[in-house]
Amino acid sequence: MSGTSTPAAPRGATQPAAADRPGNTPRPVRRRRRRQISLDKASFFAVALFLPLTVYVIFVISPFVQAVYFSMTDWSGFTADMAFVGLDNFVRLLGDDKFLRAAMNSALLAVVVPTVTIVIAIGVATMVTVGGSTTGGVRGLRGAGFYRVISFFPYCVPAIVIGLVWAQVYDPSRGLLNGVLTGIGLDGMTDFPWLGDPRTAMGASMFVIVWSFIGFYTVLFVAAIKGVPGEIYEAARLDGASRFRTAVSITVPLIRDNVRTAWIYLGIAAIDSFVYMQAMNPGGGPGYSTFVISQDLYQTAFAKGQFGYATAMGVVLALVTLLFAGAVFLVDRITGGRDDVRGHA
Amino acid sequence: MSTGVEERHGTARRRVSGTAGDRTAVATSHVLLTFGAVLVVVPFVWVFVSSFKTTSEILASPFSLPADPSLDNYVNAWTDAGIGRYFLNTIVVVGCALFLVMLLGALTAYVLARFRFPGNKVIYNLMLAGLTFPVFLAIVPLFFVLRNAGLLNTLPGLIVTYVAFAFPFTVFFLYSFFRSLPHEVAEAAQVDGAGEWRTFFQIMLPMARPGMASVAIFNFLGLWNQFLLPVALNTETDNYVLTQGMAQFASQAGYAVDFGALYAGVVMTVIPVLVVYVFFQRRLQGSVAQGTFR
Repeated sequence: MSGTSTPAAPRGATQPAAADRPGNTPRPVRRRRRRQISLDKASFFAVALFLPLTVYVIFVISPFVQAVYFSMTDWSGFTADMAFVGLDNFVRLLGDDKFLRAAMNSALLAVVVPTVTIVIAIGVATMVTVGGSTTGGVRGLRGAGFYRVISFFPYCVPAIVIGLVWAQVYDPSRGLLNGVLTGIGLDGMTDFPWLGDPRTAMGASMFVIVWSFIGFYTVLFVAAIKGVPGEIYEAARLDGASRFRTAVSITVPLIRDNVRTAWIYLGIAAIDSFVYMQAMNPGGGPGYSTFVISQDLYQTAFAKGQFGYATAMGVVLALVTLLFAGAVFLVDRITGGRDDVRGHA
Repeated sequence: MSTGVEERHGTARRRVSGTAGDRTAVATSHVLLTFGAVLVVVPFVWVFVSSFKTTSEILASPFSLPADPSLDNYVNAWTDAGIGRYFLNTIVVVGCALFLVMLLGALTAYVLARFRFPGNKVIYNLMLAGLTFPVFLAIVPLFFVLRNAGLLNTLPGLIVTYVAFAFPFTVFFLYSFFRSLPHEVAEAAQVDGAGEWRTFFQIMLPMARPGMASVAIFNFLGLWNQFLLPVALNTETDNYVLTQGMAQFASQAGYAVDFGALYAGVVMTVIPVLVVYVFFQRRLQGSVAQGTFR
């Protein structure tokens, strides 16, 4: 990467050369230590490197590699015979309405969840770091730490529990949400099935996913904003920039790298969303309105026993994820990734 | 860094009454943030309160306070719904996996960061690959890898899998940590005759303690909350972990569910996490801030 690095001498060449230098009497102590492999060193490397890497390759790397092959077979999983069918599984996926529906839903999640989460997280991070009074030093709201601590908590709670809790909150008859809504006089909301109506099921599910992620990304952005020199905010304020303008024109460009990273990680999580969907609507929601690729894969493999076809879905899932990451980098590049506010100033 | 926004906080502690627009903006922000905080807290509080009500009470009046608060639901969840067993399974699996992954991860990170040998970079990139691919791609072949090894539906199988999947993250985080530690101390130890094992356990590992603590907390939460791996690889009811027990509630038909036990189960699953969070909240947020993702 860095073009200015000085050419380094080949490793290991310097020491013997120094020892062999004429006039420099080779001392007997100077045995070439690195040639000696002691039991101590051998056992250390075996345990520190060989053992964990073997486990890692067997349980993580090999399944990924096998998946690519299985995706091109008609393997059912429990029979010994499997035929290589090339790209047939992928062609079949293109005509599989249920899968296409799931793919659409996953794509929708990949667009909506990161966008909403990032906008809200930046908003909250701005409020708690630089959103305070405009007289005196640049600072956040009072009590900012409290909001940050509270909002981060859902990140620690198992996603399945979050899904279950919200499924209860959304419950038509004894749920918290309808209780509150009817309590404030919206009688039309009595018994409204938030997760059982195709119009609201996806939106309600997305809300929960966003709800669980906001705190984590708020903390990430708070850290990024704190790394920005305070003078930049003071200068913007002297120029009469409003809070909103400052957030859009100063904060976002300056923490751009963090935003891009957040986008990718949120997108990957949203494309998956298995746990949340499984907790709120194990069957895929009304009219498959919340059914996602990961659920289809899971059902196809472990309920229907079509393992070859299921791994093909896995490959598509991985490709969609890669495409998504690529798209984020591309958009970042097109919109001028590298030149930030500091460059213009 | 030193001129960062944070520094300004202290200097302007005095109560400044800003302009009218300021006060509106600040007040609006507080309202929004309070609303957000309520949105986070209230569902948990609701579940907590409901966990002391009988199922018929829950069905009849979702908002009333428990008429006769009792721990019956907890007893039912712990014994009848098997949460007690799942709880113990989770402690065994997460405890063993956490210990192993921290030990092996630290060793590997140390070797990768401080020794030069052929293949060093390749191994590092292999870890990167393992981190970026979606677990879903691996899950079906993984099922057969475990089955062929006779580890399917066993706790040791789950432990090994947890270790393998938490391994790359652990190595990545600790790699930069070991790089930043001073070379001189380790060299001094070796000159004094300490072998590789001694140098690692008595010199390097204690110096890496802050990094180890951060990673351990992240791994604890990640493993405690793990869902996909146990659901796919551990289908023996007796070996269920907590998240699976909770999923069982989710998949049951609406009418058969013992809602009181469900809420009690949620509370019992969340409490260990809550404890960890309350104690380590600062360190946890600090490590996010340091750039877990960079």
